[in-house]
Amino acid sequence: MTLVKEAPARPAGKRPAAPAAGRRGRRRENLAGYLFMSPWIAGFLLLTAGPMIASLYYAFTRYNLFTPPEWVGFDNFTTMFQDPRWQKSVEVTLKYVVVATPLKLLLALGVALLLAQKRRGQGVYRAAFYMPSLIGASVSVGFVWRALFSDDAVVDRTQKIFGLDVGGWIGNPDYVIYALVALSIWQFGAPMVIFLAGLKQVPQELYEAAEVDGAGPLRRFWNITLPMISPVLFFNVLLESIHAFQVFGSAYVVSDTRCGPADATLVYTCYLYQKGFKEAQMGFASAMAWTLVIAVALVTAVLFWSQKKWVHYEEAAK
Amino acid sequence: MTSVSTPVVRTPNERRRTGSIAWHLGALAVLAVVLYPVIWVVGASFKPSKDIIASIDLLPTQPVWANFSGLGDGISGIPISSFFWNSLMYAVLAVVGVVVSSSLTAYAFAKIRFAGRNLLFTLMIGTLLLPYHVLLIPQYVLFRNLELTDTLVPLVAGKFLATEAFFVFLMVQFMRGLPRELDEAAKLDGCGHFRTYWSIVLPLSRPAIITSAIFTFINAWNDFMGPLIYLNTPEKYTVSLGLMMFRDQEGISNYGSMIAMSLVALVPVIAFFMAFQRYLIDGMATSGLK
Repeated sequence: MTLVKEAPARPAGKRPAAPAAGRRGRRRENLAGYLFMSPWIAGFLLLTAGPMIASLYYAFTRYNLFTPPEWVGFDNFTTMFQDPRWQKSVEVTLKYVVVATPLKLLLALGVALLLAQKRRGQGVYRAAFYMPSLIGASVSVGFVWRALFSDDAVVDRTQKIFGLDVGGWIGNPDYVIYALVALSIWQFGAPMVIFLAGLKQVPQELYEAAEVDGAGPLRRFWNITLPMISPVLFFNVLLESIHAFQVFGSAYVVSDTRCGPADATLVYTCYLYQKGFKEAQMGFASAMAWTLVIAVALVTAVLFWSQKKWVHYEEAAK
Repeated sequence: MTSVSTPVVRTPNERRRTGSIAWHLGALAVLAVVLYPVIWVVGASFKPSKDIIASIDLLPTQPVWANFSGLGDGISGIPISSFFWNSLMYAVLAVVGVVVSSSLTAYAFAKIRFAGRNLLFTLMIGTLLLPYHVLLIPQYVLFRNLELTDTLVPLVAGKFLATEAFFVFLMVQFMRGLPRELDEAAKLDGCGHFRTYWSIVLPLSRPAIITSAIFTFINAWNDFMGPLIYLNTPEKYTVSLGLMMFRDQEGISNYGSMIAMSLVALVPVIAFFMAFQRYLIDGMATSGLK
């Protein structure tokens, strides 16, 4: 407490010289900085930068873990592009990303708009909607999903009551991917909370002014809410699509460990896992991993480029 | 809005009340859909195995205990408690690692002005967007060459080396928000950086640290890919792998016990969530804003 009281006592206007100012002080600050972040530096070199270089090298080799890597140039990449299962995995992943991400964000935004109104019990609703985001990654929920969407199980039977017989979900190559999409959408809590925080930042005066001008709810949403929350919308689109590209656990658990039937849920990382850890083709799997990195980097770049057109940042805070 | 088209004249109070009822009905409808799988798994765990897939009922007609008592037999000779113990060890080590290493790193980024800070911060944020899978294979090769597979080391090493950039980022954002005067005053009083970190910044950063700790615990508890790749003796399996093993051994015949164990495996996560949901939700919200 004395620390706080003493602070204003120093001469106004001029910041006091730090105890060890000058070159020696700067060197000491540098040393302290690097000392404090030495865990991160070690982690970055050993577990991020080093492995990245190694995997770039493996991508151009044939490597089965038991004999030393053998340089093969672009072979892995040419085989990969011609591999029908790889093409299938790209197709499945793109379908998953393109269907699941917008639907999840739409639901997240819808519920956030609902919860942004001041009502009793808001906190309880918010917590309940958020829960699936945390438990959704668990193998347990994968089993639950399998049980709910199995042929002739709850979802299937309920549909049939309404006359919608699609021939089951889990066992049906045309539908099983949508069981995974449903699992992803179910976990809308995290983006919802971020939307909610964004909605709270929108100045109420804007709505009042618009109402005076006779703008209806739709207009207010379109012309005020959407531009004002566009930065969090951007953040959510970026994060959710990057996550969707990397889906693994749910595909592996829900649609049996082979990501089937008929490779219908062979998401990219599932094929990568099969190639690397089941078939010990570390070179091929590394080539796949780098292709994923490039794809994710491209998506990120396109999103950052597009944000100039639709993301509205306030120049100066109030 | 409605009063224009309907002849009934309503007082503002009445209108607010109907609005409120409509709101709650809407929210409850969404809630019912969202919580359905959770309620279903609770109900299913008390159903006889044959009813779990076949019956459309949410709750069992005649609750049975057999699914839970069946768990006492363990999974192919390994007691259930073994999986829980392994998961607990993993989660606790992960929490300790993340809290210590991330808070030290975050302090450096937020409070120390050293050469190259901005460049390193950009690199750190960059790792946030990097697909983890590009590191998967070389990390596996590394730990295999060090003969550390089938231990917890590959699973927690990264946590002790602050590779979970999200938590570093969360703590940096929080520490930057603390008043500068506090650490400047500490400096004037002769505190070195470690003292400032330990007695001033760390205690004040409690919300960010608790958030990171809970997220880490839950992530480690749910982790599937890490244990799947690194652990290979069943005695060392975590709950996630135990569940998979259960499924492979028993298949559809023992659906009841599988669902019961799924529920038991979710209990720690749900309990943590209930106790700390405010921290978690606020932590998540700030990550998108700043």
